[in-house]
Amino acid sequence: MKGFMRKALAVSMATLMVIPMAACSKSADSASTGGSAASGDEHYLNIWCWNDEFQSRFNDFYPEVKEVSADGSTTTLNDGTVVKWTINPNEGNNYQNKLDEALLAQESAADNDKIDIFLVEADYALKYVDTDYTLDVKNDIGLTDADLADQYQYTKDIVTDSNGAQKGTTWQATPGLFAYRRSIAKDVLGTDDPDAVQAALSDWDKFDAVAKQASDKGYKMLSGFDDSYRTFSNNVANPWVTDGKLTVDPMIMKWVDQTKKYTDAGYNNKTSLWDDNWTADQGPDAKVFGFFYSTWGINFTLLGNALADEDGAKEVGNGAYGDWAVCYGPAPYYWGGTWICAANGTDDKDLIKDVMLKLTCDKSIMESITRNPDVQDYTNNKTAMDEIAADTTYSSEFLGGQNHVALFAETAPKIDMSNCGPYDQGCNEEIQKAFKDYFTGTVDMDGAKANFEKAIKEKYPDVKEVVWP
Amino acid sequence: MSEKDNKKRYKSVSYAKWGYVFILPFFLAFAVFQLIPMISTVFYSFFEYYRSGLKIIGPTFVGLDNYKELIQSDFLKYTGNTLLLWIAGFIPQIVVSLILAAWFSDEMLKLKGKQFFKTVIYMPNLIMASAFSMLFFALFSNIGPVNGFLISSGIAKNGISFFTSIGWTRALIALMNFLMWFGNTTILLMAAIMGISPSLFEAAKIDGATSTQIFFRITLPSIKPILVYVFITSMIGGLQMYDVPQILTNGNGNPDRTSMTLLMFLNHHLYSKNFGMAGALSVILFIICAILCLCVYSTMNEKDDSAPKKKKAKK
Repeated sequence: MKGFMRKALAVSMATLMVIPMAACSKSADSASTGGSAASGDEHYLNIWCWNDEFQSRFNDFYPEVKEVSADGSTTTLNDGTVVKWTINPNEGNNYQNKLDEALLAQESAADNDKIDIFLVEADYALKYVDTDYTLDVKNDIGLTDADLADQYQYTKDIVTDSNGAQKGTTWQATPGLFAYRRSIAKDVLGTDDPDAVQAALSDWDKFDAVAKQASDKGYKMLSGFDDSYRTFSNNVANPWVTDGKLTVDPMIMKWVDQTKKYTDAGYNNKTSLWDDNWTADQGPDAKVFGFFYSTWGINFTLLGNALADEDGAKEVGNGAYGDWAVCYGPAPYYWGGTWICAANGTDDKDLIKDVMLKLTCDKSIMESITRNPDVQDYTNNKTAMDEIAADTTYSSEFLGGQNHVALFAETAPKIDMSNCGPYDQGCNEEIQKAFKDYFTGTVDMDGAKANFEKAIKEKYPDVKEVVWP
Repeated sequence: MSEKDNKKRYKSVSYAKWGYVFILPFFLAFAVFQLIPMISTVFYSFFEYYRSGLKIIGPTFVGLDNYKELIQSDFLKYTGNTLLLWIAGFIPQIVVSLILAAWFSDEMLKLKGKQFFKTVIYMPNLIMASAFSMLFFALFSNIGPVNGFLISSGIAKNGISFFTSIGWTRALIALMNFLMWFGNTTILLMAAIMGISPSLFEAAKIDGATSTQIFFRITLPSIKPILVYVFITSMIGGLQMYDVPQILTNGNGNPDRTSMTLLMFLNHHLYSKNFGMAGALSVILFIICAILCLCVYSTMNEKDDSAPKKKKAKK
């Protein structure tokens, strides 16, 4: 016991001595790297996000970046400003919970602690956009209509508040396509040519017919319950909630009917989005015809899942690399996307303007992001995207040499997002959860509807009534 | 005069105040971190108070509306779920723990490696409940090793979709709670059994009592106070069951909300920071807990009191 105490004491003393040393060296470091910036009076740009996607775009493509700290938590700009990254993962609504608290305390926060920029996703963008916590990118920040002219209209609609002010901007557009396995298409349809496959899948009746053919050959048309959800939910006629009344759109019920039919007939594999089984269905040995995926999903998620050797080279021969292709599918839709919002109370409006200009409006930077083989993000610039679409030398090895940008460029202008609202995230999540029990046969239609109503009223106490079509 | 004064002063020296000083930190911490939040929970349960997006609605006094709404919702169903899940885990837990405790503390059996087994059965309790749930989720998922075994061994041709079946999901939750807590209970009960005077057992053996008789007539009655303690703590823990079903069902209590416990229901109200409804639910949960504990405590103690009295009367 005595020996243990002595050791514990020694360790704690050592810790006590090391901490100030570390602190000293840190401050010495920053003072020396700060260079021209007056030390002790560092200027911070606080950016809040939920993963490192924007951080890596910023570090790689923002021209003013001088250096990135070793642990990646800060980025120093040429004028000495330090960009401080606050990353809170999304799981369990964690990012929004933390962001909400910080924004509510924004007024009383010290200047260097105030949030300057935060990122939002489409499903809940309006929750922030339709408040005074975000700044108007034209009147407050100073972007002009000319700056924003080349961006896709739907990317502006999503972040336009109820007074018509645009409160955010994005570097990416996320039109969705139907990605299919070339080898399975050859077996089922006799061809893997994107135009021929598209002709066979151009509306839902044809899609159902191919699902049956695929099933007869031992394949599954889709992986799970939620795969086709976005193609329906993006084409609704009205927003989810108006004045405390939630209206379920007939399009959503079409999804329910289709998915129930597919589940009972064995056209899908009964998986849910993002679960292990769903991921495995995109692997080299899977027997699933295709997936509805948008830009990021194809070059990032699907590509990763398709490899046999995750750490191996990304080239033909590694798993299903090269055995995929994309077509438009039965309906235009989009999925996901990240918007940059300027927080009210920021003291860096000029810098934010420059970041937005360079990273969302600058044609050459946008083009370089899309042309970078490691990124291939579909960027938010119509002219640049149309040029790449027409460029016969641009192609994706993963998609068997197809120019997928050409298809995205065709779909993106067709997306209509005037019906999005602040309740989308909760409604989309809860309807998928509630009807999963219906698809698996645990509850009947009325039971699933009742469970959805319960979940919605728990999540949104201000929704008093749910109307079914 | 001065002598008298001195005497008085001498008499009035009190060490009790140091006692108060020493327990003061606890009461301060209790007041700041428990009492005040508890009072505010009760207070806000009478208000409409939530967030719609970033807008804070309320607090507006609404009387008992939150309680009314709560009773009209599926509150009773979730209470039933919670009790069922707790009992399904508690019955095997107390039976196995009693048997193990009796064996481990029986000198006649001369078990070897007692310390080893005690450590091993306590192990599951050391793992975080959430990690344990994740493990079970992975094991029993549609493409998990359990289904792999079932299919390859031919027991179930198409595998079993554990998490879409009400019975299986509940059974898995009960099993996990049982695995996590039976070691802890065993050690508590062993301590209780070892506290019984060995002369009682020896006397019983000399009188020719069988081991079953010894267990039911001597061991069980003697450890009743600890049994009551185990029962009440387990019940309070059971009513507050949260982490295992939350992680295992991804917070949904699926299928069909049949494994949704009261605290998961509470957590659903906290999505929109609905402090009114959440407060009302907490108050009701507190009342249920208090009533159940009082019931258990009084019934167990009554028997305890009445038993010796009867004996005396007979004599």
